[in-house]
Amino acid sequence: MLRRPRHLQASALAVTSDLLDSFIKFDQEDRGPVQSGMQFPPGYGSHPPNYSTPSGHYSQVPNKAAASHLDNQYRGSYYTTYYSAPAQNVMTPSVGTNVLNTQESQQLYKTPPHTVGSAEGPVQGAISSASYLHTSAQQSYSAFGNHYSTSVSSSVASQGFPLNSDHYTMPVVSSAVYPNVSYPAAAGSVYGQAFTSQSLPAVGQFKETNTFSSQSISVPHSLQQHVPVGYNSTLSTISSAQPVQDNLSRSLTASVAKGNNEINTGGIDSSQPVHSVSQSVPFTKPGAGTFASSAVISSVRTPAPSLSTHPRSSPSVTQSPEPALQEGMQYGGYVNNQASSAPAPLSSSSDDEEEDEEDEEAAIDSSSTTSSASPVLNNYDALEGGGYPETRSATSSPVPAPSVPQASKASKPFGYGYPTLQPGYQNAAPPTPVQLSNPGHHPGFQHYPQQYPGVNQLSSSLGGLSLQHSQQPESLRPVNLTQDRNILPVSSVPAPVPNLNSDLRKLNCSPDSFRCTLTNIPQTQALLNKAKLPLGLLLHPFRDLTQLPVITSSTIVRCRSCRTYINPFVSFIDQRRWKCNLCYRVNDVPEEFMYNPLTRSYGEPHKRPEVQNSTVEFIASSDYMLRPPQPAVYLFVLDVSHNAVEAGYLTIVCQSLLENLDKLPGDSRTRIGFITFDSTVQFYNLQEGLSQPQMLIVSDIDDVFLPTPDSLLVNLHESKELIKDLLNALPNMFTNTRETHSALGPALQAAFKLMSPTGGRISVFQTQLPSLGAGLLHSREDPNQRSSTKVVQHLGPATDFYKKLALDCSGQQTAVDLFLLSSQYSDLASLACMSKYSAGCIYYYPSFHHSHNPAQAEKLQKDLKRYLTRKIGFEAVMRIRCTKGLSIHTFHGNFFVRSTDLLSLANVNPDAGFAVQMSIEESLTDTSLVCFQTALLYTSSKGERRIRVHTLCLPVVSSLADVYAGADVQAVVCLLANMAVDRSVSSSLSDARDALVNAVVDSLAAYMSTASNLQQSMLIAPNSLKLFPLYILALLKQKAFRTGTSTRLDDRVYAMCQMKSQPLVHLMKMIHPNLYRIDKLIDESTIHVNDRVVPQPPLQKLSAEKLTREGAFLMDCGSIFYIWIGKNCDNNFIKDVLGYPNYASVPQKMTQLPEVDALSSERTRSFISWLRDSRPLSPVLQVIKDENPAKTDFFQHLIEDRTEATFSYYEFLLNIQQQICK
Amino acid sequence: MESVVFIFSLIDCCALIFLSVYFVSFSSGAGGRPGRIITLSDLECDYINARSCCSKLNKWVVPEVIGHAVVTVLMLISLHWFIFLLNLPVATWNIYRYIMVPSGNMGVFDPTEIHNRGQLKSHMKEAMIKLGFHLLCFFMYLYSMILALIND
Repeated sequence: MLRRPRHLQASALAVTSDLLDSFIKFDQEDRGPVQSGMQFPPGYGSHPPNYSTPSGHYSQVPNKAAASHLDNQYRGSYYTTYYSAPAQNVMTPSVGTNVLNTQESQQLYKTPPHTVGSAEGPVQGAISSASYLHTSAQQSYSAFGNHYSTSVSSSVASQGFPLNSDHYTMPVVSSAVYPNVSYPAAAGSVYGQAFTSQSLPAVGQFKETNTFSSQSISVPHSLQQHVPVGYNSTLSTISSAQPVQDNLSRSLTASVAKGNNEINTGGIDSSQPVHSVSQSVPFTKPGAGTFASSAVISSVRTPAPSLSTHPRSSPSVTQSPEPALQEGMQYGGYVNNQASSAPAPLSSSSDDEEEDEEDEEAAIDSSSTTSSASPVLNNYDALEGGGYPETRSATSSPVPAPSVPQASKASKPFGYGYPTLQPGYQNAAPPTPVQLSNPGHHPGFQHYPQQYPGVNQLSSSLGGLSLQHSQQPESLRPVNLTQDRNILPVSSVPAPVPNLNSDLRKLNCSPDSFRCTLTNIPQTQALLNKAKLPLGLLLHPFRDLTQLPVITSSTIVRCRSCRTYINPFVSFIDQRRWKCNLCYRVNDVPEEFMYNPLTRSYGEPHKRPEVQNSTVEFIASSDYMLRPPQPAVYLFVLDVSHNAVEAGYLTIVCQSLLENLDKLPGDSRTRIGFITFDSTVQFYNLQEGLSQPQMLIVSDIDDVFLPTPDSLLVNLHESKELIKDLLNALPNMFTNTRETHSALGPALQAAFKLMSPTGGRISVFQTQLPSLGAGLLHSREDPNQRSSTKVVQHLGPATDFYKKLALDCSGQQTAVDLFLLSSQYSDLASLACMSKYSAGCIYYYPSFHHSHNPAQAEKLQKDLKRYLTRKIGFEAVMRIRCTKGLSIHTFHGNFFVRSTDLLSLANVNPDAGFAVQMSIEESLTDTSLVCFQTALLYTSSKGERRIRVHTLCLPVVSSLADVYAGADVQAVVCLLANMAVDRSVSSSLSDARDALVNAVVDSLAAYMSTASNLQQSMLIAPNSLKLFPLYILALLKQKAFRTGTSTRLDDRVYAMCQMKSQPLVHLMKMIHPNLYRIDKLIDESTIHVNDRVVPQPPLQKLSAEKLTREGAFLMDCGSIFYIWIGKNCDNNFIKDVLGYPNYASVPQKMTQLPEVDALSSERTRSFISWLRDSRPLSPVLQVIKDENPAKTDFFQHLIEDRTEATFSYYEFLLNIQQQICK
Repeated sequence: MESVVFIFSLIDCCALIFLSVYFVSFSSGAGGRPGRIITLSDLECDYINARSCCSKLNKWVVPEVIGHAVVTVLMLISLHWFIFLLNLPVATWNIYRYIMVPSGNMGVFDPTEIHNRGQLKSHMKEAMIKLGFHLLCFFMYLYSMILALIND
């Protein structure tokens, strides 16, 4: 489905290549004379002939404003043409490809196992006699055997053999037809028209754009307005086209499945009596009686290893015939549409992938908004241009204009803009308070409005100190920690902005996706060691983005030696060559890259979207596939033992699934399956055609096998009714179970077998310690040791079973996500391994009960909603590259490091964060900039191979002071947290705690020794690190690292897992929650979001001294909001916001704020919903009164206060000071 | 008698040398030569998957421990105190390393951790040192063996 637009565009390829050819000619002919003409033509619009040689122009245009102007004109013309024919785009759904694709891949996946399966038949039969000898209850057994075999045959029959033949012919026909008829037809009709009219008179068209140029910039805007229209219409027609396609693909998959059955039935029929273990229980009567009896009957199975292990030949075997086809398709689809789709960066919001993938037009919306913003900036530049010649030369230097002195380039090999930066930086560095208070006096500083983020958040404490050291940048301003008590900023802590020139800074990667602990990279390892700060990266690569340029191009330009993707920080040596910014190799610019589809001009590679955006997504060609892109496959493994039924989670899970079944990311190939387990493993046959779901019980947990391998994972769309039936029946099926054991290990083995042919996602719901079969665990926690201050043991796994399983899964591109909902110890340390190494995620709900613990139940519900509907990437790998000289030595997060720098991620989700530690292997003295690039290659849920690339560029510094100036305290703390988790598992918890304290002590001591004029008696930190001790203290009081307070082992381990896998934003909320006072929300300092007034109360210190009895406070801990109400809180607030007459009547368990028509209520709710909107997961709200038992949860987050076992913040500072002086 | 002891030690030492080389040596060629330093450096150069590499290496940890322990004990029995004391620390380290593997790990070489915290490098360094040590022992045994044969 997603390919449709691309195929349509594919038709453009032929035409555009012509266009391109003509451009090439033009360029070659005209380049000479144009290059000689150095000056910018004054009357731009009146020189149409010049337009035919845009390359020449661009290279010499020194004035950026003009360039962008031109840019806009081109863009304008581009839009018009593009939008002139949206209807045509929409009208022709290219069904053929999709059909071909689904059919093809399904066949590929499915056939090999089945041929194997049929071969197995005789073997199984042979063993049958032997196995009968071992049966302990032959009578019932044989009886059951009969029952089973009949059921099997019936199920096969219901799938309809006769139908098979005629259905099967369909795909053959369509695939045959596809290349010849459907494709060119679609192509010719749509794009042929659209483009010929436009591309034939190439020059003439540019004349048209000239008319645009005479108009104002508002032209793109008006064009933009067309976007929604085209967008909507595309969507609607798409939806109308969908049924057709669905039908086709359905018939295809059905036929394929039938083919499988055909092959397989022989095998199954002969083998079933032997197996005799699987048993079909009619679903309509899931009463206790039948269930019990069936369990008895089914319990016999003689181990016949050859039977149960269904050797699945890996799909790669079948590859050889495939690439040709696949390539043809991909090529047809991707390569050629470059002209039309490449220019359109996609605005990609996670949830509705469909929209953004379908409509490239939507993308233009986003790209044009950015472009429409740029003229403003450029005008600004132009206005100030006269006074700042050096900035301009810097900006134009990437253009190989002869006017730029090559010598400066030689000295600074690749940081083209950087040389000019340093002086600018030093000039701007001494902003004294006077200048800050009214910058208008100092026009020079207006150019750097964003350079010093710290400037904006200067606290009231800006006193004599900063005046003394006014020569230093703000981030180095010394802060006396013991005296300065108000170190928290008013609002959230901003990420430091790397000290780059404004051009590079504009291009740099967003700190939300990519952050470095030191935004000024030290030149040598020695300098880094001196600074005593960790060097590392914090990544959030698959974050939900509202705006993401998607590039469809036949050649993805990469460095030939280090394979770096081309990015904004490379330098173009001339038109034809670019220099890699990571390994410094000089590469050729491919011919295709010379053409810029965004501006429809030739010869300006530096204007391509790849070079204009540091976060881009490429649609990858078949070169990036080892096998055809897998479909979305989801398997749910549910615990149905007594414990689980008692907790009542099944209802919530099934309900959430039912609600979100249609929102599961995927395409027409999406498959889904269910396994339940207690002391046996139950499979569910959901094959289309059955009247009701069939339960198949495998009780041989020592050697678990798949009863009917091909009907357990079924197509979501074909078997939707059956799936719904099952989900409705499931919560009540086990209500009377007495089975207390849990055979998690065997269930996981079965799940792995089921998933291994395709890969996908396994979601495991577990409620207790696994007690049967492989992977069984024993309780290791001694409750009396929970609050011990000494050794905390058992933080590591007890067995390697789950680790091995995870690695097996990872090898088969399967991720295991764990939902642990237990009331007692379940050894999360061991269980978590299954997710940690298969790139899954872990959710833990301690003391979960559907009615006794409504907060947890609500949390599960919300988590599930997000979990089921969020974006997902399959069979992903991530590689992090960095400039030569730096090397990554440790990785943190959930994944498997397959080789030195290749992270294997079976699944990747938008909520996963990663961290890496780096060291400086070679001195970076010969460079002024370093770059880091993350490339995440994944298969989208629509079966499209994509590469998301983030590039971060940072300056290199040689002095220790600069290193401190660029320290990013949040990133440092998050990286330290990751390191501390590793340390506490590999060594001990107390070691990890000591290491955390030492990190503060060492770095502050090192800083104080550099600033010699400081008094040693004071505890001084640079402004950039003023929050460091506070955050470290917060870390020490985290569940993960605290000692002395009673902490359950599972809680501790879960906190550690979260530290390793959460992205920075979430982790920081967890470490240091935000506290706001909400009973007096005022209109001052409000912001307006979507016509709503959102008050912005200042951040409060996390200390009980801030909690007044008269107030109400909101604590934002990331996944949970606490509202604490003081005893003497204003009754009006309680009445208006909480909806109760007075303090006493507020209930203990309150999780929602009522909608009261009062100003304070409105403000509070808008503030809370604003907080909620800023994160993917909507947190649970808990109202806490003074005598509430949940009070302790709230107060444990007040980390600045003293408890029996821990320091207060002030004591901690004194302790640090003591250690420094030692 | 003494010559027999040294001939045995010599053979054992050869085996240990081969093992050490196995651990290090895939590296320097295009993955052609087998060997410990070989395998580890191979891993460093991306030739093979961490998982298969670690399972290969783990297979040979126990033989190495046993092989070295045998020589050490043999030296103790035959009352060659100097050689015994020379071997003792290395043998102790081997056993210690084997025993101290955490319960959740997949052996001395754990594929999930080998790329972290410079473990690969330290394993490699260790293998190199052992290779040197075994080479030293080899010549020592050779010399002692010849001496013993002459005395006989």
